[in-house]
Amino acid sequence: MSQSDESVRAPETAPGFLIHNEGDHVAVAVQDNEPGALRAVYMDSDRELRVQASEAIPLGHKLALVDLAEGEQVIEYGVPIGLTRQAIKAGQLIHTHNIRSARWQKSL
Amino acid sequence: MAEKSLAGYRRANGQVGIRNHVVILPVDDLSNAVCEAVARTIPGTLALPHAYGRLQYGEDLELTFRTLAGTGANPNVAAVIVIGIEPNWTNRVVEQIASTGKPVAGFSIERFGDLKTLAAASRVAQQFLQDASALQREPIERNELIISIKCGESDTTTGLGSCPTVAQAVDRHVQSGGTVIFGETSELTGGEHLIAGRCANDDVRARFQALYDHYIEEIISSGANLLGSQPTQGNIRGGLSTIEEKALGNIAKTGTVPIVGALKPAVAPEQRGLNFMDSSSAAAEFITLMGAAGAALHLFPTGQGNIIGNPIVPVIKITANPLTARTMSEHIDLDVSGLLWREYNLQEAGARIMAVIDRAINGRLTCAEALGHREFVFTKLYRSA
Repeated sequence: MSQSDESVRAPETAPGFLIHNEGDHVAVAVQDNEPGALRAVYMDSDRELRVQASEAIPLGHKLALVDLAEGEQVIEYGVPIGLTRQAIKAGQLIHTHNIRSARWQKSL
Repeated sequence: MAEKSLAGYRRANGQVGIRNHVVILPVDDLSNAVCEAVARTIPGTLALPHAYGRLQYGEDLELTFRTLAGTGANPNVAAVIVIGIEPNWTNRVVEQIASTGKPVAGFSIERFGDLKTLAAASRVAQQFLQDASALQREPIERNELIISIKCGESDTTTGLGSCPTVAQAVDRHVQSGGTVIFGETSELTGGEHLIAGRCANDDVRARFQALYDHYIEEIISSGANLLGSQPTQGNIRGGLSTIEEKALGNIAKTGTVPIVGALKPAVAPEQRGLNFMDSSSAAAEFITLMGAAGAALHLFPTGQGNIIGNPIVPVIKITANPLTARTMSEHIDLDVSGLLWREYNLQEAGARIMAVIDRAINGRLTCAEALGHREFVFTKLYRSA
């Protein structure tokens, strides 16, 4: 049913992203974000910052907050969630194409 | 709106239920047909067909017996008709359910056939149904209930909103003296150290770690690429990239209270408080195990929109994904997408979920109940002989 209306309209006051913990490497999109400067909020400290998305980051997907080298640990919730498959620049989309599980080595 | 008081069904053994089913329980796959025929003959009774019960052995057979007997013993069940192909295993299930003090009767098909069994079982089912209909709800305390928790078709909104909302309910329920069961063994991978660290003592920790290690060893030894299975394709579509990320969102629903028990599948908790149960993360298998362990109510955070229900355990769905809340609204009991947009805080979301829980306790049907979702699926440990 690809014809279903998949748009999500967030209120004007909503941030573009939430970040679980200070020190995390990723922000999670809470609406469909176009490239550009967007507001992100830390859930643990309520601190706000501006992030620059270099590509579209849809609802539920992650944006890199920092540059990450190939093979580097990715931190979310203050805990490692995997390893980068390649170098990632701040502002890029982070997903299965550029990170992988560190625990299940065959899950590629 | 908050309920002024709570009412439920107090069973003979003192356990408290929130539904009043008369169950027609097949011991084995062969007996499904006559169980369903009884439920058609006596409308208002509930047949629970399933796929197993033949040529199982060892630990796998014990789990099937625990699941059958535990389901019959669940406090949401008023009375049980047990039907099996032969009398020996049928009687074993009957005797275990009878120990709760609730009405139970067993029938076996060999030397009678389906039609005589149908007549005899229907006659008793009618009596059980009429007797159950006369039972009255009585005042209860919420902390008398076992509540189970598991999320499904998770995405990143689960860890941001719906799981933290359930955590509010877990903490409130346990701190007031209630019992909660969580599990999803493989789905703790990446955060299992956080769970181990919350175990109340070394004994519970050692049991948790042994159950976890054994399950993971089994999965890893398959040599399979798990991407698309765990995390699922739905998880990935919703933005979850690795098992570790999924696990951390999952763990976010377990609250902050200590873990007082580490249970084998379908074993009832002995300690009040938060209990871990070794279990699959597949929704139908999981909630079936919870029902067998005595859960009266299940809280189910979802991201992409898992639609699971259970025949005897009401399932409450919570989502923080605004797209799911809008496109699958008939499945969602509580929409907390406002958390993502910071329209209200977690304490407010916690108050909202407690209100939904209390309405379900008092008899309001959940979405899954109203839609007729009755998934009843056994966990199988290995091939039958």
